[in-house]
Amino acid sequence: MSTPMLTAARPAATARPQQEADWVRYALTGAALFVIALFLILPLLTVLVEGLRKGWDAYFSALVEPNTLSAIKLTLIVAAIAVPLNTVFGVAAAWTIARFEFTGKNILLTLIDLPFSVSPVIAGLVYVLIFGAQGWFGPWLMEHDVKILFAVPGLVLATVFVTFPFVARELIPLMQEQGRDEEEAALSLGASGWQMFFKVTLPNIKWALLYGVTLCNARAMGEFGAVSVVSGHIRGLTNTLPLHVEILYNEYNFAASFAVASLLALLAVTTLIFKSVLEWKQQQDRRVAIEESVQ
Amino acid sequence: MKLKFHAALAALLIGASGVLHAADVKLLNVSYDPTRELYEQYNVAFAKYWKEKTGDNVTIQQSHGGSGKQARSVIDGLGADVVTLALADDIDAIADKSKLIAPDWLARLPKNSSPYTSTIVFLVRKGNPKNIKDWDDLVRKGVSVVTPNPKTSGGARWNFIAAWEYAKRKYGGEAQAKDFVAKLYQNVPVLDSGARGSTTTFVERGVGDVLISWENEAFLAVKELGPDKFDIVAPPLSVLAEPSVAVVDKNVQRHKTEAVAKAYLEYLYSDVGQDIAGKNYYRPSEEKFAAKYASQFPKLELFTIDSAFGGWKNATQKFFVDGAIFDQIYLK
Amino acid sequence: MAQTNRSLIPGFRPALTFTIVYLSLLVLIPLSALLLKSLGYGPSQWFTLLTSPRVLAAFRVSLSTSLLAAAINVVFGLLLAWVLVRYPLPFKRVFDALIDLPFALPTAVAGIVLTAIYARNGWLGQYLEPLGFPVAFTPTGITVALIFIGMPFVVRTVQPVLQDLDPAEEEAASSLGASRLQVFTKIIFPNILPALLTGFALAFARGIGEYGSVIFIAGNRPLVSEVVPLLIMTKLEQYDYVGATVIGMAMLILSFALLLIINVLQAWTRRRAGAL
Repeated sequence: MSTPMLTAARPAATARPQQEADWVRYALTGAALFVIALFLILPLLTVLVEGLRKGWDAYFSALVEPNTLSAIKLTLIVAAIAVPLNTVFGVAAAWTIARFEFTGKNILLTLIDLPFSVSPVIAGLVYVLIFGAQGWFGPWLMEHDVKILFAVPGLVLATVFVTFPFVARELIPLMQEQGRDEEEAALSLGASGWQMFFKVTLPNIKWALLYGVTLCNARAMGEFGAVSVVSGHIRGLTNTLPLHVEILYNEYNFAASFAVASLLALLAVTTLIFKSVLEWKQQQDRRVAIEESVQ
Repeated sequence: MKLKFHAALAALLIGASGVLHAADVKLLNVSYDPTRELYEQYNVAFAKYWKEKTGDNVTIQQSHGGSGKQARSVIDGLGADVVTLALADDIDAIADKSKLIAPDWLARLPKNSSPYTSTIVFLVRKGNPKNIKDWDDLVRKGVSVVTPNPKTSGGARWNFIAAWEYAKRKYGGEAQAKDFVAKLYQNVPVLDSGARGSTTTFVERGVGDVLISWENEAFLAVKELGPDKFDIVAPPLSVLAEPSVAVVDKNVQRHKTEAVAKAYLEYLYSDVGQDIAGKNYYRPSEEKFAAKYASQFPKLELFTIDSAFGGWKNATQKFFVDGAIFDQIYLK
Repeated sequence: MAQTNRSLIPGFRPALTFTIVYLSLLVLIPLSALLLKSLGYGPSQWFTLLTSPRVLAAFRVSLSTSLLAAAINVVFGLLLAWVLVRYPLPFKRVFDALIDLPFALPTAVAGIVLTAIYARNGWLGQYLEPLGFPVAFTPTGITVALIFIGMPFVVRTVQPVLQDLDPAEEEAASSLGASRLQVFTKIIFPNILPALLTGFALAFARGIGEYGSVIFIAGNRPLVSEVVPLLIMTKLEQYDYVGATVIGMAMLILSFALLLIINVLQAWTRRRAGAL
């Protein structure tokens, strides 16, 4: 039911019969490399080259400028709240869906997937409708001087919405595949519910969980459309990194804009490297498990 | 949970202590795109002035974006103490829809609440290769024009209004004016959502032969991005663009910032404020400074929105609401 | 929702309760606010708005560019997955990791960067535009942005299926005298078709709603290169909340339908995988 798109790639079978003619293989490999170069490497390079256009000094001074620093801080705060929330939710949702049979499961699954295909603009808009001064709770919030929109809570809400399914989607197929035998065995040996969770479940899902958290985090830090609607764009106060990139760009500070963007690109690359390491670890774990079961 | 509660309590106490000392004041100025440089300088000057006058430290926070978008944020609850937007209509919208601003705001400050004005001019590539001199040149075949979307950009509305009035006067009627602007917008390959977006598209992306732009924005682009690359061309007739400023009454009452917010806007009319406006290529509203900076600006005939259309409310209804003339010219 | 078969495993009630409460608070209630607001228009007003020329044109632009981008991504995605799974390649792990870049790179950055590359004075635009092939500020530009955004979806859905294909079937076919092309069209392609369709639908669904990367490169001309999310933004900025929510609801219904199709396709994929 849930999409396999985020599931970690499995190790390629090494000894596959390769029957295509050499020229076909070379042509296909060449074409694939061309696509990668054109659509993935070129954008990445552009960010770095444009960011360094005015030299390393300008690059670093763009990064330590106070408004940039406050944007970094805000982005970290928002991610630090949104990601753990969605992680706890992801584990609870995966536990419910992968371990139990109940009516309405498919609807629940589709609803969990829903935020993913909702336009980010709408994700921002819905919170305006609820918490905006003209919205459901706006007048009450105003009266009690509680700030949600155009402040950190609004940014967190919008971020939680757009990154909602990431962890859950990662865990559900894995936990469905793993089944509940091991957990039931632990329980029958007298483990408590929490003991079972920490000793059996968690070790089994840890890599997928980390991978989900990593992607969720990358998306949380990089979200633009939804937070743009609820931010208010107050300099040094409610601008996250992606919004700050746009602002610098609008101030003719193109080099600085790309310098800050390169920070986000760097984050993306770090995420990807981290993800690769996780996959490698996961394969190691699996290999060990297989070897153990063989012995 | 308990930790969170303590943190919240601490935050409350810190907030409360700020009120008790009252020596540090915060002011939020919600403004439109091209005023970034202006207010960056002005805020420093005002903070200095306010410190000397009252001993209080005032920190001014800035928010910039498309004028309409900024007005919407204020309506939705962005706690602006003052708004300094591209056109009176956007402040009217705040007054109408949220009642945060008293309806008579326009008369509360001198000069229609416009401490500085500007106009709409053309920015062309160096040497003016397409020989663009007047509005008529913008509808020629093969001339590519960059201007933002009037639905989302205040500056773009001034552009549209100026083109319309020119055509109406020259070709003698509304139908002719409509044909004229329809032709003009057919020459527009990119409609960015804000004035800054359009400037970037023209300047950085190399799109278009001419950018219809705020005068101050055109001067700034030339200064920031290279006098050797662009020329400013002033058409003989253009519009007197009056960006408006207002105190957001209900917000300053809640923030207890009435005095400082009012002073902030009034200081814009002072010698210092007017001088900063002039330096940033706005046309100072006070005669003395208008004269001082007159040589910096091209001389052209300027009409006002009030004389031509009876104010922004009428103009918006006529041109920019859904299904009005701006929508119609695309459907022909 | 009641648990239908009791199991030893604890935590059903608290986990389900938490899941539903969290889902309701953060997704369902907000989305119902969208629905309620959009009901400020009656059916005839809905119809009038959604069939107005600009809205129709925006839907046409959004749907056609995301459709085209998703279709191109099927080709690119299959190619990349095929090469990554089947052929030896130096630095394969690096390339494989790079596939996820569009997931992780902020959309606004992607938009600015793609515009910088494809504008007439950009790295590629300066060669493409004189050839009569402008990219930035045209629907082609939107398509390019959506190809970038959607690429990982197809690769990541097709890759696992390709890896799990049983080589014995291919070997049997070729030992019976089938050519390589026949093996591909008769054996491999039918097996990966459901995954390809799923990837296509995912890329398509993401493309319709995409804002950040598209807005910089689109040109945003009414009727020509204006996408639906921009129209929602435009409505918002004219204080037309109801109009914005009506268009938003239309998109939401479209997305929901697509999600359902995706889920059906996946069930199909799994059944086929099970049948192998």
